[in-house]
Amino acid sequence: MISICGERLVADQSGALHVPAHDTLIVSDLHLEKGSSYARRGVALPPYDTRATLKLLARVVRKYQPARIVSLGDSFHDPEGPERLSTVDRDTLKVLTGAHDWLWIAGNHEGLVDGNVLGGAAIEEAELGSLILRHEPRPAPATGEISGHLHPCGVVRQRGRRLRRRCFVSDGTRMVMPAFGAYTGGLNVLDQAFRPIFDAGFNTWLMGDNQVYPMPSSRLSPDERDQRTGANSAAKFPQGSRQAHR
Amino acid sequence: MWFVTPVMTASAKNLPPEIAPATVLPAQFAAWFAARGWSPRPHQVALAEAGLAGKSALLIAPTGGGKTLAGFLPSLIEISARGVPKPGQVRKLHTLYISPLKALAVDVARNLEAPINDMGLDVRVETRTGDTPQNRRQRQRRDPPDILMTTPEQLALLLSYEDSDRFFSGLKAVVLDELHALAPSKRGDLLALGLAQLRRLAPELRMTGLSATVENPDRLRRYLVLQDGTDEALAGLVVGEGGVVPDVSILDSQERIPWSGHSARHAMQEVYEAIGANKMVLVFVNTRSQAEFVFQALWHLNEDTLPIALHHGSLATEKRRKVEAAMARGELRAVVCTSTLDLGIDWGDVDLVINIGAPKGASRLLQRIGRANHRLDDPSRALLVPSNRFEVLECEAAREAAMTATQDGDIERDGALDVLAQHILCIACAAPFNAGDLYRDVISASPYSTLSRENFDKAVRFVATGGYALNSYDRFARLRQTPEGLWRLAHPSIAQRFRMNVGTIVEAPMLKIRMVRSGGRKGRGGRVLGEIEEYFIEQLAPGDTFLFAGHVLRFEGIHEQEALASKTQDDTPAIPAYYGGKFPLSTYLADRVREMLSDPKNWTQLPAQVSEWLKIQQWRSVLPKPGELLVEIFPRADKFYMVMYPFEGRLAHQTLGMLLTRRLERMGARPMGFVASEYALAVWCLHDPGLMAEQGHFTFGDLFDEDMLGDDLEAWLAESFLLKRTFRNCAVIAGLIERRFPGHEKSGRQVTFSSDLIYDVLLEHEPDHLLMQATWADASTGLLDLKRLATLLARVKNRIVVKRLDRVSPLAVPVMLEIGRETVAGEANESLLAEASEQLIDEAMRLI
Repeated sequence: MISICGERLVADQSGALHVPAHDTLIVSDLHLEKGSSYARRGVALPPYDTRATLKLLARVVRKYQPARIVSLGDSFHDPEGPERLSTVDRDTLKVLTGAHDWLWIAGNHEGLVDGNVLGGAAIEEAELGSLILRHEPRPAPATGEISGHLHPCGVVRQRGRRLRRRCFVSDGTRMVMPAFGAYTGGLNVLDQAFRPIFDAGFNTWLMGDNQVYPMPSSRLSPDERDQRTGANSAAKFPQGSRQAHR
Repeated sequence: MWFVTPVMTASAKNLPPEIAPATVLPAQFAAWFAARGWSPRPHQVALAEAGLAGKSALLIAPTGGGKTLAGFLPSLIEISARGVPKPGQVRKLHTLYISPLKALAVDVARNLEAPINDMGLDVRVETRTGDTPQNRRQRQRRDPPDILMTTPEQLALLLSYEDSDRFFSGLKAVVLDELHALAPSKRGDLLALGLAQLRRLAPELRMTGLSATVENPDRLRRYLVLQDGTDEALAGLVVGEGGVVPDVSILDSQERIPWSGHSARHAMQEVYEAIGANKMVLVFVNTRSQAEFVFQALWHLNEDTLPIALHHGSLATEKRRKVEAAMARGELRAVVCTSTLDLGIDWGDVDLVINIGAPKGASRLLQRIGRANHRLDDPSRALLVPSNRFEVLECEAAREAAMTATQDGDIERDGALDVLAQHILCIACAAPFNAGDLYRDVISASPYSTLSRENFDKAVRFVATGGYALNSYDRFARLRQTPEGLWRLAHPSIAQRFRMNVGTIVEAPMLKIRMVRSGGRKGRGGRVLGEIEEYFIEQLAPGDTFLFAGHVLRFEGIHEQEALASKTQDDTPAIPAYYGGKFPLSTYLADRVREMLSDPKNWTQLPAQVSEWLKIQQWRSVLPKPGELLVEIFPRADKFYMVMYPFEGRLAHQTLGMLLTRRLERMGARPMGFVASEYALAVWCLHDPGLMAEQGHFTFGDLFDEDMLGDDLEAWLAESFLLKRTFRNCAVIAGLIERRFPGHEKSGRQVTFSSDLIYDVLLEHEPDHLLMQATWADASTGLLDLKRLATLLARVKNRIVVKRLDRVSPLAVPVMLEIGRETVAGEANESLLAEASEQLIDEAMRLI
């Protein structure tokens, strides 16, 4: 449970944020149709990203049964994304927008989504109780702001291993949400892009497989050059020591 | 079929007159040989005959036999016999020479200058590598030389140009150097496909392969000629005289031979003395970091200031060139080097090769030994320096193999699908193609001779639209079919991008190392020392010291794509960087080591320390017979250690460790971790697996059952970063992920990152996708070494010997010392570790 401006928020390990008092679920940076966006430029990434993202979304919606769903911007990877949706994916999406009070917040990638086609209403930014929902975080102070855009992730070193996870970031006055989409990368929260947003310290909540793990910023490491655990080659193959999963 | 039987005579001077060289060599050439006091060797004559008759042939000869000259003789004869060109007539490329190494191409071009200049032949030889300036490359395409020296990647690039048919239309010969090293790899696959295309453009083409001795020459003979589905499509074979049995010895160190580790620190004084006693010594090591370590250690001892140099692939090119030039001039006494000098570059008079650490394979060792003494009639001399006790056994096995010229069997492999995808796009870049024709060309290349039409079509679809079952990318296709059914590029920019991504070598991300002042920051850099693997730098904190280019450097930080470092007075680097080596132990050597262990009769050849170690092992525990798997279980510090000795190389052990811990966890033994070495695997648990088996919770037969390669493997692979890394390489080679976009270079990290997400999505939605197939095929022989693990499990079925002990056994000590090695850094830890390891050894060697 995270508290911002007196609003109690539940950070889900899927990357979604539940606001029980307003019966609302927020997801940010879905980047739907990112695969096909690359395909347009001749890089034929697998076309299953929209499907995977919507599947995960449907699962978390079932878990919280919210009345309202907010997609906090960059819902599509580009403005033409909605037109490239496959019939199946479009239908899945329409079921979601139709069954809930759905709000599209404008993002820098897609602008305003056409609610007449996909259902839901589109708006630049929205208020939710004492919270302000917008895509791009403003320089501090921005009390009550819930934003996305930066795709935060945190790196933890433990027993000689590096773990890199998407995360929620908050200093108690505002929050930056992790990206939800299947093909979305991450930016280390220690990157200078976060400095204007959190001028004092902040906490993070790292997305694990089964729960989120609170982690103060002091425990985090910068990215440096590589992910020790995630990237490897014959040359950098570690000596073989590994702690079994507990 | 044309065939030359092996010629047994050691020297051509004794040849009977009927096969005297004069019959094929023009007078000019015969005179050249005579003027130098040489006679053409029989294999040179045989290869010239084959070439002049337009026949493809494989020459197998040891180094020093004038192999390269033999390969070029027919070309030189043909080109020089050609008349003076008419004014305005453009010459065509006559001979293409392909080498696995840029440096080798340059070196061979230089060596060819001598006969051409001496005989005053009108032959133009040029090189073309990644380093060749853009304007010269363009000129070469307009106005080709007679002989072009290049690499497989450059051939692929040349084939992707629209005028490639014109460029290669006069091609008569291809000379493939070091074919044994090139053929059994993805680069070899790419080259084989390129050769198939060359045969289409120039049907009369002959191929000449030059190779060191290999276990199975037929595989290379097939590689050289068009495959028609029969077993008889073989190139001719010429076998050069065998040379003299090499003189190989193992350093019988007066120092204590370490239990583990790869530095060979103990032997440095003895290595230094060996350098002092010889004229020119090559010191081979397995990795860059070992090279750095040995180089520094030797200079530490170098009171006579002998000129000792360092040569490895991460050094800046100019630095390497300097060393090479100094070597060729005979100014050096020793060069510490990695596999960058493995292949046939001739750098003058080397009279001793020292191999530090495990040779890893018999063929590899023979190659390295071949660097010593390029004169065929004197034996090559080599000294093996094992860096730990197990390596003593491995060195002994390799020494025997070298004395009897035994080669490692190479692994049977099919042409890679990701490489095929790259080739298909390459062909489309040159001209629209007919799928049926291209399929026939592809299966005429030996690595792809068994490729099904179905998989070929899958690869074409992959290139066109990504090949996904969900057919949503048709409108973004890279290849489209014309009404006549030809596949053509959808847009010319695709060809441009292809040319920037060609090749099969996906490097680990590298960073330049730039010198700065201590505490120095961005921008104000000094010279660049070379490149270093990103992962290594990644583990450093500013202030840490490490070895590079023979200096101890202080790490200052990272700026953009550069690692900044400053000089330091400190001469003990804090970050040790132990990396045992990339090459797993060859199966042949592994077999020999297992045999040697099992029979005390073999131990007499071993150093006393090592045979004593094995004797105590026999007394305290047991030594497994060949074919058996010994599993020892003993308690230590609240945990139970299970140590096994499969001798299948670290990669296979690592995979076995991953799978065993999963199983042990399910069986309730509570495994806590494992460590794998080249020879052994140790798993530690909170519960005693020996006791659990005795109480009937499980049997060891079940634990090691081959079915672990089913579900357990699948479950593990789903989350394995190893497979993700393999996938990334395949995705880059196949062209799904680009190495470079014009204008914005992708760093290795960015590529890694996005490919992991793609892998997850594909695994879930389309596990049979072409790239997943390619990844799986790679992993089987590559990072996971599944083939060897499967062989191991089959071999030890019902032959597992479990030995429960009250404490650590002598044989277990080396792998136990590997535990925690990675995290060791700094002085205090070092002495703690030393203390701990002393205790461990005392415990093991205690007789009661």
